Amino acid sequence: MTTAHSLLVEELTLGYKDRAVIDSLDLAIPAGQITAIVGANACGKSTLLRSMSRLLAPRSGRVLLDGKEVHRLPSKQVARTLGLLPQSPIAPEGITVSNLVGRGRHPHQKMLSRWSKEDDEAVAAALEATRTVELADRPVDELSGGQRQRVWIAMALAQRTDLLLLDEPTTFLDVNHQVEVLDLLTDLNHSSGTTIVLVLHDLNLAARYADHLIALASGRLHAAGPPEEVLVPETVHAVFGLHSQVITDPTSGKPLMLPIGRHHNAVGAGR
Amino acid sequence: MSIATVETVAHGRKRSARRRRVVIGVLATLIVLAFAATLMIGKTFYPPGDVVRVILGENVPGASFTVGRLRLPRAVLAVVAGACFGLAGVTFQTMLRNPLASPDIIGISSGASAAATFAIVMLSLDKTGVSVFAIVAGLAVSLLVYVLAFKDGVVGTRFILIGIGIAAMLDSLTTYILDQAAEWDVQEAMRWLTGSLNGTKWSEVVPVVIALLVIAPVLLSQAGNLTMFQLGEDTASALGVRVDRTRLVAIVGAVGLIAFATAAAGPIAFVAFLSGPIAARLVGPNGSLLVPAALVGALLVLVADFAGQFLFGTRYPVGVVTGVLGAPYLVYLIVRTNRVGGSL
Repeated sequence: MTTAHSLLVEELTLGYKDRAVIDSLDLAIPAGQITAIVGANACGKSTLLRSMSRLLAPRSGRVLLDGKEVHRLPSKQVARTLGLLPQSPIAPEGITVSNLVGRGRHPHQKMLSRWSKEDDEAVAAALEATRTVELADRPVDELSGGQRQRVWIAMALAQRTDLLLLDEPTTFLDVNHQVEVLDLLTDLNHSSGTTIVLVLHDLNLAARYADHLIALASGRLHAAGPPEEVLVPETVHAVFGLHSQVITDPTSGKPLMLPIGRHHNAVGAGR
Repeated sequence: MSIATVETVAHGRKRSARRRRVVIGVLATLIVLAFAATLMIGKTFYPPGDVVRVILGENVPGASFTVGRLRLPRAVLAVVAGACFGLAGVTFQTMLRNPLASPDIIGISSGASAAATFAIVMLSLDKTGVSVFAIVAGLAVSLLVYVLAFKDGVVGTRFILIGIGIAAMLDSLTTYILDQAAEWDVQEAMRWLTGSLNGTKWSEVVPVVIALLVIAPVLLSQAGNLTMFQLGEDTASALGVRVDRTRLVAIVGAVGLIAFATAAAGPIAFVAFLSGPIAARLVGPNGSLLVPAALVGALLVLVADFAGQFLFGTRYPVGVVTGVLGAPYLVYLIVRTNRVGGSL
């Protein structure tokens, strides 16, 4: 049901005021896969995501969606192809879950148009996919953090975009809810082929869930590729300034990074 | 996806749509009733038959003057000015996600009042001149607040705080001008400070009606986009809203409504500020508040003006009545905002 869309970043430079945050960056987002962007705080991860979704205009360079400059396309047209869930979205006081999820239909609706059956179906499917059907009539402000995050993802799903960008969807969540959110996004990727790009803080969860890892260090691309190639001690040191040991995660077979601090040495490892 | 879920979704949506229709219907009915009552009731009572005949243009001795020339323009201005204030207030409140972001709090009304006072006292302009002066000043002040508040986009809180500061400056300017004024000018200027419908003439009503007919459809066409602003500007933008354009249309439209209504009736205190939150209570949080808030504004001004004329021993201007209603709500809102963080 999903058509493959290409999302490319060419010589992109981004910044606020006189501070450059992203410096002449080139990347390609693989279609139909899960891509995780990792890097230290203030390395420009969120800024990059904002620009890819047209929220921030580039200083120079381009973001290309299917070969067209995303900042020049009509906003509703982009919003039907590419969705973004910001880091801390705001729910109006008292709004119900189904109404909030329904707002994801905005790019599909014409001015003054009535709700269509398709809109209702998209909302229903989004609620089911995120297991929030029971919450449909509840006010969003009464929900727990994990439930609320699932509702926001439901809103993004109701938008029915083939590309979905998420800015740290697991922050402020307990570890069980973090895994739940990432499982949910993986379900979506497997069932509909949705291309997913997420900014993640946790390297190990990123390595476990992503097909493609992008490591940024101070506004430049440091490494990109499959987790096995990107999550190596050299990259961890370059990106975070941290010594580490990387082993194979016995649960998933993916790389697992173990930090080495000043008080613990790697036993039986090279460094 | 199961049919049952689709039905749950459709059901919830229809329920809030029904509530909205009921609220709009009830408000409209109350406006019609209050409108009829203000035309009939006064020092002399005229039966509905006389009132209808006057409206249809027949000459009814006594009633033609009292109803046709005194009560009718006053009631029409109450409805349209109230609707202007309500619509403009809720537009700002929705856009900036804060009930304090109402034009009467953030300096736009103060700008119009200060300019009007200046025009009356210092320039001795006639009524039309004063109105034009007030409208231009309202627009200029909102532009000033916008420019001062703009820094990597407009943040609601900064906009509001700068607006409150500008309002305080303008209010002290008004006080200074009044201090210099001759006594007969003060009375005329007071209308500009409290808001009053006394002695309303058709020539004052018509520009406000035209402003409402032109601007309201433009704002209503943005109702869906404005509602998306409630999710934050990033989310709105991600959902395909052209945030900058919607904000520009909303500000220009709302300031235009405020300026025209203020030019005719003065800054009727707190109507812009109260209408949105009252409408939100009535229709619930699930949709646009533009139409309900406009109706609440119209009803508020009609009823407050009626109460100010007849409920007390002396006649009070409408702004005094709405001020008494609005001030405690402002205090409540600030106390509550400090506790939970506010949104409309």
